[in-house]
Amino acid sequence: MSRVMVVWCPDWPVVAAGLIEGIPIHEPVAVLAANRVVACSEAARTEGVRQGLRRREAQARCPWLAIVDDDPARDARAFEPVIEAVEELAPGVEVVRPGTCALAARGPGGYFGSEAGAAERIVEQVAQACLVEAQVGVADGVFAAGLAARSGKLVPAGRTGEFLSGIDIGALDRPELVDLLRRLGVDTLGAFAALPGADVFGRFGLDAALAHRLAGGRDERPLAVRQPPPDLDVTQVFDEPLERVDAAAFAARQLAERLHDRLAGHGLACTRLGIAAFTEQGGELYRTWRHDGLLTAAGIADRVRWQLDGWLARGRAACRSGYQPAVVSGPRPGGIIRLRLYPDGVVEHAGLQLGLWGDAGEERDRAHRVLTRVQGMLGPEAVLTGVLGGGRDPGDHVRLVPWGDERISEPEQPWPGGLPAPSPATVPPTPLPVDVYDAEGGPVGVTARLALTAAPATLDISGELERISGWAGPWPVDERWWAPDEASRRVRFQVCLADGRALLLTLAGGAWSIQGVYD
Amino acid sequence: MADILALRRTPRRRHPGSASAGVAELVRATGLTGLVKPASAAAGGPDGVGERVLPVLPELRALLPAGGLRRGSTVAVASTAPAPFGATSVLLALLAAASAAGSWCAVVGMPALGLAAAAELGVALERLALVPEPGPDWPAVVAALLDGIDVVAVAPPGPVSTDLGSRLAARARQRGSVLVPYGQWSGADIVLRTPGGGWRGLGEGWGRLARRGLVISRRGRGAAAHPREVTLWLPLGIEPPPPLVEDAPVLEAAG
Repeated sequence: MSRVMVVWCPDWPVVAAGLIEGIPIHEPVAVLAANRVVACSEAARTEGVRQGLRRREAQARCPWLAIVDDDPARDARAFEPVIEAVEELAPGVEVVRPGTCALAARGPGGYFGSEAGAAERIVEQVAQACLVEAQVGVADGVFAAGLAARSGKLVPAGRTGEFLSGIDIGALDRPELVDLLRRLGVDTLGAFAALPGADVFGRFGLDAALAHRLAGGRDERPLAVRQPPPDLDVTQVFDEPLERVDAAAFAARQLAERLHDRLAGHGLACTRLGIAAFTEQGGELYRTWRHDGLLTAAGIADRVRWQLDGWLARGRAACRSGYQPAVVSGPRPGGIIRLRLYPDGVVEHAGLQLGLWGDAGEERDRAHRVLTRVQGMLGPEAVLTGVLGGGRDPGDHVRLVPWGDERISEPEQPWPGGLPAPSPATVPPTPLPVDVYDAEGGPVGVTARLALTAAPATLDISGELERISGWAGPWPVDERWWAPDEASRRVRFQVCLADGRALLLTLAGGAWSIQGVYD
Repeated sequence: MADILALRRTPRRRHPGSASAGVAELVRATGLTGLVKPASAAAGGPDGVGERVLPVLPELRALLPAGGLRRGSTVAVASTAPAPFGATSVLLALLAAASAAGSWCAVVGMPALGLAAAAELGVALERLALVPEPGPDWPAVVAALLDGIDVVAVAPPGPVSTDLGSRLAARARQRGSVLVPYGQWSGADIVLRTPGGGWRGLGEGWGRLARRGLVISRRGRGAAAHPREVTLWLPLGIEPPPPLVEDAPVLEAAG
């Protein structure tokens, strides 16, 4: 029977919420899933909050309870540093679930002198590295060790059955079976383990037979050890700083081949590629390239070459004109002394798919190549593409994402208060302030009851007066009034000028502005 | 089906003469398979991609001598006086049909372009790339884009010298892309203007901007030398309204 050590972080969903969302976990906090409490902080427990309570009941017991929604992804993400901290001391860690991980006790036990010493070191390590409280339990088998961790016990070898016998049957985590056993008068794991195994199997089925083995401390399952992610980065150091593009291109190709070999050796391909260069002045330049296809060796080489081309050219331009781009740290990029490629977004390489009709997708590849090249010249954020989304104003309607980034389009939903088509063909990035006057030359406003103070007659666009020949509105929008920082309360007007122009005007906080031109 | 037919027809059309066979051998020997194509391949299929002429909206066909955007040509949209209004819509309308048919488009130097309007006209946003701030080196960006994008619209930040204009036009001709300068540009094959037009549906405090008639005129060289005018009614796909009595706009409730 293998000795297993389980590291258990109590109330992990609460701790994870604290780590990632900064919720003070020393105050009453409860994590809810489907309106039931799944975990709560110690402070909440002393107020009487328990697992499984409904939200209303939990809030009745503790009115100042902070409620957090359950998010398994958050729990897993927050647990990653803890696993890394444990792996520093002992390799071969199995993540049982976020908040609990298991490892073989023999190795660390021998290395640190005793199991107790190893447990102490691991708890200390986790506390120092991640500021997380952990408990360690050691027993024969993962199930028993997990229960031992709850009380921080080190169960001596061969006494696991004895340790389990006094534990409540609820620890089996099989609600239906536990309910049934309780009604039969079986209240502890020991009592359950005392039943004959063949009869348990015959009467309750396979799952109960497995539970019976666990209750008896016969947990034969070997650990499913986590494979640490392979190190895929490639780095090259140059004795002579790279100043010229052709030298950089040569280096890029070599490095790209190496990266590609390494990826291929692991049976992987990458969809995002990070390039980091270190210059002789101590500057560091980073950029991540995205690609919705898979990057081949030539593709990587091209990207690195464009990338370096852009940097070196900018370095020269900076020398000439004193122009200082914002992304570059340090006085100017200078020669590159170290180059590092790190694949990001690695996927299983299942072979590249070619187009069915030979040159299908050739146009797309050509366009992609060109746009990536322009991104190399100007930066990845210089080439954009629009994604339609929801919104009430023409500016909100479209989200711009850098080229090559994922285009996540929102499902089409009605937007009450949205402006009807046609949309303005020109939407100034920043609204242009104007003034609107009535026939007597007085300013036009809108009352709290959305009534116009006077009919608009003239429009003052930076000093030039234009006659208004037609108008419609006010069409009010009161957005996000519940969030004071993002709230926006405004009215819109469509206005036709005497010379045939049509404008979309906005009045917010007493100030008029042009939000769109129906150009 | 059309692809299969094309595949079957191709060998019959090509003569299995010695010159052709020699070229094929050379192509295979030097590993250029797929890169060298017969000249007839440029004629392309019926889907619009790869054709010598990119499709345009039916209303605009009369303005363009080829009945569409001929690859390698320069079609300018003037946004200057007498009436600078409507030029952006003309630009988007020019891109719309080609984009919808599968071509790639790019717009350089127009940070205020209304993409919602573009989508309403039929421009496929997933094949539309924007370079809103190309910076001082915009001709290099345009030249790079002409390498692989079918239609490149560019709004230059200032006056463009004839030399630069003809160099970019030559690049477009060489690469088989369409250059669509927006604003002042000399040496374009065709220049489109919007001398007039107006909106309907808006009254004094009621209605909404509903229909728009956009008069587009062309001036150009060669086959396009004869001036011509058409009226484009937006939004597309609705019957053009009958000529209205003055000051009797269409009644319509707002949104």
